[in-house]
Amino acid sequence: MSDGTLAALSRRLAAREISSVELVAETLDRIDAHQKALNAFVTVDRDGALAQAKAADAARAKGAAGPLAGIPIAHKDVLMTAGLPTTCGSRMLADFVAPYDAHVVEGLKRAGTVLVGKTNMDEFAMGSSNETSYFGPVRNPWDLDRVPGGSSGGSAAAVAARLVPAATGTDTGGSIRQPASLTGICGLKPTYGVASRYGLIAFASSLDTPGPFAQTAEDCALMMNAMAGHDPRDSTSLDRPVEDYTRRLSRSKGARPLEGLRVGLPREYFGKGNDTEVAAAVQAAVAEFVDLGARTVEVGLPAVDLSVPVYYGIAPAAASSNLSRFDGVRYGHRAARYDDLNDMYRKTRAEGFGAEVKRRILVGTYVLSHGYYDAYYVKAQQVRRLIADDYARAWRECDILVGPTAPSPAFRFGDKTDDPVQMYLNDIYTIAANLTGAPAISIPCGFTRAGLPIGLQIQGDYFSEAAILDVAHRYQQATDWHARVPRIAAAE
Amino acid sequence: MTWEVVIGLETHAQLSTASKIFSGAATAFGAAPNTPASAVDIALPGVLPVLNKGAVERAIRFGLAVGATINTLSVFARKNYFYPDLPKGYQISQFEIPVVNGGEIAIVSPTRGEIRVRLTRAHLEEDAGKSLHEDYHGMTGIDLNRAGTPLLEIVSEPDMRSSDEAVAYAKSLHELVRWIEICDGNMQEGSFRCDANVSIRRPGEPLGTRCEIKTLNSFRFLQQAIDFEVRRQIAVIEDGGTIVQETRLYDPDRNQTRSMRSKEDAQDYRYFPDPDLPPLAIDRGWIERVRRDMPELAPMRRLRFSATSREHLVELVKGGAGVDLSEMSDQVYEESNPALQASGQRPTHGLTLADASALVQDRATADYFESTVAGGADAKAAANWVLGEVAAALNRAGIGIAAAPVSPAALAGLLARIADGTISGKIAKEIFDAMWASGARGARDADAIIDAKGLRQISDEGAIERLVDEVIAGNAGIVAEFRAGREKAFNSLVGKVMAASRGKANPGQVNAILRRKLG
Amino acid sequence: MTLTLDQVRRIAHLARIEIDASEADAVHAKLESIFEMINRLQAVDTQGVVPMSHAQDVSLPMREDAVSETDRRADYQRVAPAVEDGLYLVPRVVE
Ligand SMILES: [Mg+2]
Ligand SMILES: [Zn+2]
Repeated sequence: MSDGTLAALSRRLAAREISSVELVAETLDRIDAHQKALNAFVTVDRDGALAQAKAADAARAKGAAGPLAGIPIAHKDVLMTAGLPTTCGSRMLADFVAPYDAHVVEGLKRAGTVLVGKTNMDEFAMGSSNETSYFGPVRNPWDLDRVPGGSSGGSAAAVAARLVPAATGTDTGGSIRQPASLTGICGLKPTYGVASRYGLIAFASSLDTPGPFAQTAEDCALMMNAMAGHDPRDSTSLDRPVEDYTRRLSRSKGARPLEGLRVGLPREYFGKGNDTEVAAAVQAAVAEFVDLGARTVEVGLPAVDLSVPVYYGIAPAAASSNLSRFDGVRYGHRAARYDDLNDMYRKTRAEGFGAEVKRRILVGTYVLSHGYYDAYYVKAQQVRRLIADDYARAWRECDILVGPTAPSPAFRFGDKTDDPVQMYLNDIYTIAANLTGAPAISIPCGFTRAGLPIGLQIQGDYFSEAAILDVAHRYQQATDWHARVPRIAAAE
Repeated sequence: MTWEVVIGLETHAQLSTASKIFSGAATAFGAAPNTPASAVDIALPGVLPVLNKGAVERAIRFGLAVGATINTLSVFARKNYFYPDLPKGYQISQFEIPVVNGGEIAIVSPTRGEIRVRLTRAHLEEDAGKSLHEDYHGMTGIDLNRAGTPLLEIVSEPDMRSSDEAVAYAKSLHELVRWIEICDGNMQEGSFRCDANVSIRRPGEPLGTRCEIKTLNSFRFLQQAIDFEVRRQIAVIEDGGTIVQETRLYDPDRNQTRSMRSKEDAQDYRYFPDPDLPPLAIDRGWIERVRRDMPELAPMRRLRFSATSREHLVELVKGGAGVDLSEMSDQVYEESNPALQASGQRPTHGLTLADASALVQDRATADYFESTVAGGADAKAAANWVLGEVAAALNRAGIGIAAAPVSPAALAGLLARIADGTISGKIAKEIFDAMWASGARGARDADAIIDAKGLRQISDEGAIERLVDEVIAGNAGIVAEFRAGREKAFNSLVGKVMAASRGKANPGQVNAILRRKLG
Repeated sequence: MTLTLDQVRRIAHLARIEIDASEADAVHAKLESIFEMINRLQAVDTQGVVPMSHAQDVSLPMREDAVSETDRRADYQRVAPAVEDGLYLVPRVVE
């Protein structure tokens, strides 16, 4: 019963066909059963979850239940959750218990969701394979020898394996969309500023974006209703009218529901770099869009090719500064032995951070250092604007942009760990939306012959979440890629 | 050959907000360690800064007071370095575009007369915490109460040429920030502290290498530190050495400066715009609202106190403008000068420049004086009393004028009785002491004491004549001496009449009647 | 622009991360390859382009000057490595 969609579970709870306590108990059992194989969770809060479920059932009995009342969800361990460990996948915070809730955590609590646990992730959200977690890698439910993508790999694997109907993630360069693509689920990165960063352990402040994972676009919309909203505690949170992200989903559009939609196909997204099976699946999805009434337009995003170097000129710089607070003074790991203050800092940080995090801190420190700031940091921020300008031009010709989310399906553990640049290139199609701040979603659009999921990325202009979700929803009405379940989850 | 000393100051003024610059924690001094230290102040993971509007408004007020440019768009930047009292590992400050650019402070130099010290900039930033070096098993204790306290860092141009000028500048700035109520100026608590950039050169040559002396929190230390540093630099150069640009610390116990950080650990602060804080936009309307609410500043107030009329005031302001304005009509000038316009509506008092200067030493004294005048007192008399009796009494009590037990209205009530001859000046001092002891807030409090103690002056012609007659009759010897030409004997007779009246007889009348009777 | 081993040591010092001699060469090699990738930006003409440091073109919101926080020291210090008398303890700081 717990493998249903958020929408379905919500209906069954409302109809009192099931209770939250039953649902959550089953969820916890499933998590336990799969934890050894998948390692999707860092923390499971069995007692807390059952208590919340009980409270949700009681609230429903009194007629005071929120829209997602009693539904089990999981949070990426980068989000602060009061009273629960919040590790960020790092030894640095292995024993850290958060004293407050992140804004999106509050929102989902208010909607009535039951938090069952915290999901594993690449350390400090730095990685595309979930291999950098201090708590060991997360395994892809479709093939346990393969990565789930990253950095929100634990949330993606948990939803893909139907351990929870939905989970939160954060996306700085593709960390929601790429794992969604590699695990065959939906992952939305909303417009920057729509969901607050308050309580999200910062990686790259101008790029970090919280968003949902779920089985369907409709479920992502339900999650967004609880996650979005102005937060005066985040100075980059936007003060906009409250939106219902489901508002366009139910509108019937007949046999050609995408009539009039202009689908942009960026030349840069369809080059030689793509795996052939990925390319074929994406082409088939485009054909499906056309069948549903859309027409395609070829567009150019010339500066987008520079997304990866731009990202590595910006994100590590911010990270080097954001991660300076982990100094062993007020919380977190502190080295056991040291000579003096500076030695305490150096050893604490050498021990507390893993290799990839240290690498990015060093890159960022260099980028910002005297004599290099203009050549790297300022230059990257200038090219970032050129990329945003490319997008602004594209929006004059089309309503959405589609292409592959990642150039290849899930790869094997260790395949890219020796070459950071190869790893970074996995985010080549997702980074631009972080640089511009515009929304994008990844939805399943097919499988390789070996049975690995393939993701389709749909990008839109600022604040077009509801429209993107609508397009994805129409596609999911006509296809069933999103309903496929990995064998590991179906085996019960 | 002589050396020329070149000094620029960087002053950190703690802004008088209730809450911190980026968090809702209190800025109160003296709380238990790490209690007004919020999640933002101790830099917990995931927290974000939110700017305090009150801090920005105080920066605007400062900019307007020194005639600076308020930048309608300024940028917060991160200054990155590791130090245990800096919880984020970076300080949020302003780097490339500060909130305030330019402006100047007028000072009086003992050698160069009135000069203007130019300001480079003033920027908003957060303070760090405090390291307590008392022995915690060989460790240092960190208190982050102060972390996140709003600061305005005011940077001057290297326009000062002696420690005297540096002190005059620091005092003038100190007076200003208190006057416009953006900083309490408490130097012991660190609310106002200066870093001095000091270099020496041969006159006419380019600037020498400077050393920065950090965190001087008294005017005396500022003077001593600069004087020591100048002597040190001269000695180094005259010994054939060169000055190394560095940060130095002043040790008041030894009266010397010493190097703080070694050269090989040269800092690289890696400034970059803080991505958590979009650019700070200050719209013209806000600036104008702040301008409208600005208090009249000390220099303008001094001129107004000394002017004899509104026309005279315009003339004084025009004369002090530093440029030839003789072509411009007074009316046009007045319209072009908003400070003058605001002041022009208020009364002039015709005081001496010395009295006017003394009264504007601080805003509360100037306000007390003007309230006394508004209560009906003569300006000259009010000035004498405020700078005389009131100042002395405050001194004895060790309190500020805001806490004076005698209100301006009560003082005006007292001065009115001197003016109308009800009491003599001498009796008035006695009454003032009584008012001070019991507290007096009302205009009629002096009258009540006069009546209760029966101190009303005797001005009745007949009554005084009777007293004079009695004294002449009872002091034949002294009268004879007077008639023999000894003028001193007259004063003795006056004294006797006054004594007979228990001090209440009108001294002028006593004089006149006695002269007439002695013929 | 190539990155020297000395520069790696310097940035490791600035970042307060200890790199022991045995790993220095490997770290250096990986950083070099990353900067080789980033250096692709040098070929782009960005004359007159305003850097984009924020994803949204908005100005800074401000809060009213009011105290909204209460003392939560006990909560916050529960996770601290070393505290005494309410102070965080660190190795002796010498100025
Ligand atoms: Mg400074
Ligand atoms: Zn400063």
